[in-house]
Amino acid sequence: MTNKITIEDARHVAKLARLGLDEKQLERMAGELDMIIESIGKISDLSLDDVEPTTHALAIVNVFGDDVPHTSLTPEQALANAPDPHDGLFRVPRML
Amino acid sequence: MTQQLDLLTLTAAGAADLLTSGELSSAELADAYLDRIEADTDATNAFLHVDRAATRASVAHAETLGDAAGSARGVPLAIKDLLSTADMPTTCASKILEGFRPVYDATVVANARAAGLVNLGKVNMDEFAMGSSNETSAFGPVRNPWDPSKVPGGSSGGSAASVAGGFAPWALGTDTGGSIRQPAALCGIVGLKPTYGAVSRYGLVAFASSLDQVGPMTKNVEDCATLFNIIASPDARDTTCVGPRAPVQLKRHERLDGVRLGLPKQFMLEGVDPDVKAVIEENLRQAVELGAAIVDVDLPHAEYGLAAYYLIAPAEASANLARFDGVRYGHRSADADNLYDMYLKSRAEGFGTEVQRRIMIGAYALSSGYYDAYYGQAQKVRTLIAQDFAQVFEHCDLVVGPTSPTTAFGIGERIDDPLAMYASDICTIPVNLAALPAISIPSGLSGGLPVGLQLIGPAFSEQLILDVSWTLEQVFDFDVVPGRLRDRDQVGGAA
Repeated sequence: MTNKITIEDARHVAKLARLGLDEKQLERMAGELDMIIESIGKISDLSLDDVEPTTHALAIVNVFGDDVPHTSLTPEQALANAPDPHDGLFRVPRML
Repeated sequence: MTQQLDLLTLTAAGAADLLTSGELSSAELADAYLDRIEADTDATNAFLHVDRAATRASVAHAETLGDAAGSARGVPLAIKDLLSTADMPTTCASKILEGFRPVYDATVVANARAAGLVNLGKVNMDEFAMGSSNETSAFGPVRNPWDPSKVPGGSSGGSAASVAGGFAPWALGTDTGGSIRQPAALCGIVGLKPTYGAVSRYGLVAFASSLDQVGPMTKNVEDCATLFNIIASPDARDTTCVGPRAPVQLKRHERLDGVRLGLPKQFMLEGVDPDVKAVIEENLRQAVELGAAIVDVDLPHAEYGLAAYYLIAPAEASANLARFDGVRYGHRSADADNLYDMYLKSRAEGFGTEVQRRIMIGAYALSSGYYDAYYGQAQKVRTLIAQDFAQVFEHCDLVVGPTSPTTAFGIGERIDDPLAMYASDICTIPVNLAALPAISIPSGLSGGLPVGLQLIGPAFSEQLILDVSWTLEQVFDFDVVPGRLRDRDQVGGAA
């Protein structure tokens, strides 16, 4: 079930991944993805209806912690690497 | 210092002895390594960050700890730049985190500090741990100390080269699809990937959360056991971490009577270099001479491991790397005048090609219409591989085989061919998918380059793996000093 990956597919995926690739990069990426998915996509042909997927590497369930307050980062620590801190907030460009 | 230090042969245990006997101080030892790192005669480029002041502060802290800290107090440690350190930057070898300083230590780093280990510096790696050659680093490739025209392997290439090249007595690496074991094999050192859940991932920048593990990379098995015991602990801050079964205490048996080593035919196929196969076959003969039995076993679904891994790992990575958006930390594009543009440009500018490729593969595999066919199927293949191993361990104690299908390849040789690069991990990947522990120990040379033997055990069998490895190590008698450095650098701190 491996369909050819087009530049439109690459454009859609790049949008999902918020990667600002230009046309040339998208074209190259489409070709590479196509080659890679063609190679690894063969597993979609295997008939595995009776197999349970592994969702967790380790068979542990319901790992809870006690609901006890504790100190976390200070605001200064949280903002320590901020590109544009302002008034104790992370400032970003306007949305629209 | 009463005699010249031989950093190329000095193990962590040897360094600890020198410190205990008072022959030299922890500060002098750290300085000796830092001098060699600074000189970097072969442009190994193993280190991304050195900071003499921070290392000195680390030494001072170690000296405040009493004997309860343990036998390794004062010994320097190189730390892969994927691990958060509060006293040094953590970049994951990426432009997107250039200059980033974590505000806390990873649990494994905190454990190391509590044992009195000294932070020698952060070592180079493939960007965000994505690679098998340390060529995707945004800050230059690492060169293999055995042959500077060759790769050290990856993604823990800097960790491996730092130990093999006499820049550190031991190092921390991480392994998601073979990133501790394969560079250990290519650089002729010991590297252990613990059982998933044995070591905390708190403070480890996540690549693939269901596969990542931190582990020791050392000159010998004894140091490997020591460092494993230091870093492994339960941790409430990582709910996937249950800790090790028990501290490892090496038994040091001279023989392997009663030990059954399973050799899967899938690990010795055409993809494996014939000269590498020859070394492994000799290793197995040596094991038999020690009393081990070799059992032929079958891992029928191992051939789908590469495909499953290159769907699961990129899928998880695409989610984990979504946090790098220029909002709270890391690179923010100067070119964006709105938020959406800021995301697109910051990420395109900050991430390297391989990282972008894997994010794209992952997002594609998880996208609507493809999720079940790709990611869903891969999760099922994972179940089958885990079942294969469970069945195999009913007939043998450990599974054995080559760690890497080839010895170190040339820098630049595979970087433009993703599929050829991905094939470096065919022997190591099934282990991560099954969440099992595995070690690579240096076991011979081929064309003057190291070959590693991989031993895989059932979950939480690090004691058995290290015991058998120790015994084999004595008989392999592998010289960890790269041949070309023996005459040039031996007996002396700085080159």
